[in-house]
Amino acid sequence: MELIVALGIGVLAGCGVWLLLRPRTFQVIIGLSLLSYAVNLLIFIMGWVRDGRAPIVSTTAAVDPSSFTDPLPQALVLTAIVISFATTALLLVVLLAARGFAGTDHVDGREQEE
Amino acid sequence: MDHLVIAPVVVPLAAGGLMLLLDERRHALKAALGLVSLALLLAAAGALVARADTAVAQVYQPGNWPAPFGIVLVADRLSAVMVLLAAVLGMAALVFSLARWHRAGPRFHSLLQFLLMGLNGAFLTGDLFNLFVFFELLLAASYGLALHGSGTARVRESLHYIVINLNASLFFLIGVSLLYGVTGTLNMADLALRIPAVPASDRVLAEAGAAILGIAFLVKAGMWPLGFWLPATYAAAAAPAAAMFSILSKVGVYAVLRLWLLLFGSGEGAELILYGGMATLAYGLIGMLASQDLSRLAGFSLLMSAGTLLAALGSATPAATGAALYYLVVSTLGIAAFYLLIELVQRTRKPGADVLAVTAEAFGEGDEEDEPEHQAGVAIPAAMALLGLSFACCALLVAGLPPLPGFVAKFAILAALLGAEQVPGAAWALLVLLTLSGLASIVAMARSGVRIFWASESSPPRVRLIEMAPVGALLALCLALTAAAGPVMEYMQHTAQTLHAPRAYIERVLSP
Repeated sequence: MELIVALGIGVLAGCGVWLLLRPRTFQVIIGLSLLSYAVNLLIFIMGWVRDGRAPIVSTTAAVDPSSFTDPLPQALVLTAIVISFATTALLLVVLLAARGFAGTDHVDGREQEE
Repeated sequence: MDHLVIAPVVVPLAAGGLMLLLDERRHALKAALGLVSLALLLAAAGALVARADTAVAQVYQPGNWPAPFGIVLVADRLSAVMVLLAAVLGMAALVFSLARWHRAGPRFHSLLQFLLMGLNGAFLTGDLFNLFVFFELLLAASYGLALHGSGTARVRESLHYIVINLNASLFFLIGVSLLYGVTGTLNMADLALRIPAVPASDRVLAEAGAAILGIAFLVKAGMWPLGFWLPATYAAAAAPAAAMFSILSKVGVYAVLRLWLLLFGSGEGAELILYGGMATLAYGLIGMLASQDLSRLAGFSLLMSAGTLLAALGSATPAATGAALYYLVVSTLGIAAFYLLIELVQRTRKPGADVLAVTAEAFGEGDEEDEPEHQAGVAIPAAMALLGLSFACCALLVAGLPPLPGFVAKFAILAALLGAEQVPGAAWALLVLLTLSGLASIVAMARSGVRIFWASESSPPRVRLIEMAPVGALLALCLALTAAAGPVMEYMQHTAQTLHAPRAYIERVLSP
């Protein structure tokens, strides 16, 4: 389980970094999205990977902390997802504006001379 | 419970939110709301500064949960001073923008309020994840302000700025989650207690988390090699936005100072901050001499001030930290005034005139022709004289020459570094770099100043009182800081001592 999650994060982050270093604005934005998925997964597993356990403590039965997952990373990851979602939307608008002003989708606003 | 601590977050939030509901054309009403909000902020920040001097720290629990479980806001001396600084800059930028900039694009007033809210929240919070949220808030508002006024250059530079800061935010998240994974807490005071107790096998993870967190902060602070984006972005931003941005880079420095001293007690990583600061200083120095455009000059002087600050903090003695905090305040005020001034000075000049002037100088052209014409000299118009005087003040501030407080600050930093019994080699190197950077900035500023004020053929710019007043007020404040250097420095030294001995802070937060 840990290995699968770790590999998933690694692949996402690797693809994200590669795309981030590409010269087109759309590739950059997809790269940032992939990176933020990787980071969100990382936050998520910081509460340890536990199979089939709820983060909610029942009030009736006796509480054994080892039978629950940590709810805090789940709350944190929710905040992080919302924030990255909002900033990606903002970046998308700036991307379109830059495309409109410069007439090219190169990140520097002009094509490289060959 | 005392609600004053949360006022700097709630007031701009309410004002900015209210402005969103108003129609875009009601500039006067929005301006009035903004002024009221900033007046309240100034009053609240002043009260916080006065009160922080007596108590260790004021702790506020927004959800009324005790410290390690609920989020806390903590107002100690450092936070209070930073909140006051943000309010002063916000007031100056707002008054300046009322002349014309606030009509240059939509939602300027709301964005300014949200930026202030994010800044104040970041300064006051005592929780690591809350710090992330406030960072994102202030960054989101700053993206809007960087784009304010639109245009090809602004959009292009903002695109770079946004991408870089989104990356920095990802680093922030990785650092936070690593620290949480190892220690199981996000409260800064609780982290400070738990990090020394981390078992040796997990120690590497905790340190890696802190280092990754440090990258996120140092990108904001503009430390070399992470600060290449700064001069171009700030040069492209509108004048009031750029003036506000001069405190954004100090947020990074603030976060490094707070977390590093709290979590690691100034032991580990000091060399990195010291040498990184010195490299930033050298980079700013070279950039300043090389820049042909006033806005870029201001950007590099901002980098230079960040470098000076980091190097002084990296030497990790309370005396140097206190002096660095004084330097932080005066350099932020001075550079904000400089950004506002640049816009006034450049108003009548053709775009690219600075570049042409410096290039002409380099090739020795343009000097001979116009000599015999007017021997008696031309009277300098009053507006130009006033601008020239302010420009000279900014130059003295940035370069660190008396009688302005830049000198007091740099002198205090050097005195603290060289006053030790055994002066390390790095302190001598810093002395040389600081002196050279002062020289470089006076050369660069004098070169531009001569071209603009003495050898300019263009008609004097039309400057309104409402635009000149904030620049004058910021510079007058700097003069006042020189006059009151004694008590202010004492306050900063107290701040530094509590920062270097965080035991009282931790106890106060965890058992209020």
